Amino acid sequence: MLEISNLSIAFGGLKAVDAVSMSVPEGGLVSLIGPNGAGKTTCFALITGFHKPDAGNVKFCGEDITAVKPFKIAEKGMVRTFQIVQPFAGQSVLENIAVGAHLHLRDRQDALDKASSVAHEVGLGDRLEQDAADLTVAGRKRLEVARALATDPKLLLLDEVMAGLNPSEINEVIPVINAIRDGGVTILLIEHVMQAVMQLSEHTWVLNQGRLIADGPPREVAQNPVVIEAYLGKGMAERLEKEKRNA
Amino acid sequence: MKQLFILLGIFAALAVVPFFVSSEFWLNAVLLTLYAALLGQSWNILGGYGGQFSFGHSLFFGVGAYSVAVFQVQLGVNPWIGLLLGGLFGSVIAVGIGFLTFRYGLRGSYFALVTLAFAEVFRIVSNSLWWTGAGEGILIELDQRAVMMQFKSLSHYYWLLWAITLVCFLTVWSLGRSRFGARLMAVRDNEDAAGAIGVDAFTVKLKAMALSGLFTGLAGVFYAQKFLYLDPGIAFGPAVSVESLLVPIVGGLGTLFGPLLGAAALHIVGEVAREMIGDAPGLNMVVFGTILVLMVMFLPRGIGGLGKMSVRNIFKGGK
Repeated sequence: MLEISNLSIAFGGLKAVDAVSMSVPEGGLVSLIGPNGAGKTTCFALITGFHKPDAGNVKFCGEDITAVKPFKIAEKGMVRTFQIVQPFAGQSVLENIAVGAHLHLRDRQDALDKASSVAHEVGLGDRLEQDAADLTVAGRKRLEVARALATDPKLLLLDEVMAGLNPSEINEVIPVINAIRDGGVTILLIEHVMQAVMQLSEHTWVLNQGRLIADGPPREVAQNPVVIEAYLGKGMAERLEKEKRNA
Repeated sequence: MKQLFILLGIFAALAVVPFFVSSEFWLNAVLLTLYAALLGQSWNILGGYGGQFSFGHSLFFGVGAYSVAVFQVQLGVNPWIGLLLGGLFGSVIAVGIGFLTFRYGLRGSYFALVTLAFAEVFRIVSNSLWWTGAGEGILIELDQRAVMMQFKSLSHYYWLLWAITLVCFLTVWSLGRSRFGARLMAVRDNEDAAGAIGVDAFTVKLKAMALSGLFTGLAGVFYAQKFLYLDPGIAFGPAVSVESLLVPIVGGLGTLFGPLLGAAALHIVGEVAREMIGDAPGLNMVVFGTILVLMVMFLPRGIGGLGKMSVRNIFKGGK
């Protein structure tokens, strides 16, 4: 469904994303992980048209969408959320979500109805009239997902929707994401919370310093010495192995 | 729906004002308040609902005013056609300027500066062209017949203005319940987030420019026909720009009734100030400037926001 080949961008001398290629199959729930500053969010920005790549291309449903404007990509059915939540402050939860619903619905009442049903789906059903700026972090993350979901996307790119949530909040969000996938939406997650990655995704790519260093099922990837070193530092894989043997 | 009933109620009451107010002075005061509300509401479409703060709305006003005057004086075009032309040109110029500025992603104070600069350019150009009457200004011949959009009775001017203002307010009412309005407010609150869920911010902002320019242009036409005289300073000077933005900021940005409240409040303050400090020219501007600073500091939601704030606080306290 989504094919990325050789995607690269440099900011000055820093190669933020360096020759990244990956392929997201239709109906899948896959993830992109990596330590802080690895280039995950930049990768999302390149895919959805917020940045123009220096090289490489992005294909969505067989169509080349490299450097197409974000709103056009959203019209085609690929929508992202933001890691740093961006609510329309001063507008109610319902109004926020309705903006997404308006992508394919012209009529105001239709959009509001759709927004209300999406709000219930993500667990915001009891806060429809609340000002988006008054939501808790967990609430705002749900709002991000709801707004994107209201556009009826084919592919949803979720950027760290669980960062900053406490474990019980994470446990509430995981079934929501599963339900979205079961509703027929393909999902690509960026995630820091390993518990979520392990529980949710079928396949994961690991990004470090702009390069893909591993991919595979999350459990295998988590054992991969290269990945452990990327997260914990050089020599850590060896040390962990030694400790395990001594124990 | 409730909003619409209140709006229609207010305008119904305004429509019958000439039957009850016999004094020319007071009818004129209501007329000028309504006129300020029209200017303010036009600005509010772009500034309040779209978040694009223009400092040069006199540009669209002047284009509208000069359209009706120049076509009438130089080419003998009937002013009722001039009314349409004034609105059209105001709108076209607004879209043109929007295209130039938004294409390069100018926002905030940069947008304000560009609009101010364009208004100045037009002021200087109209000061030197013969067909705009140059620095001497342009005089529309007195011919008090309805077919020439000139009236013997002040109340007829009043009803013309009432009709234009009603259309403007109904347009803004529909913003609150349409896809375009929802997108416009989304762009105002967060352009990137709006883009990510499929809102074409550039087109949305141009449409807002078109509407705002249209109604400001119509206000310009009304001014020209009411006072029958224009010069570059009146048409493109900063006074109209300031009035346009002051009214909704005082009344409540991005609200339907804000401009009405703001216009009424400013006129009351203006009259009181004149009574107290006499007719010293320019002093009322000092008063307005002070009000603007105080409003922005202490009442960013305007007078209209006062009610909302307390209602919300009560609501919160009850939970």
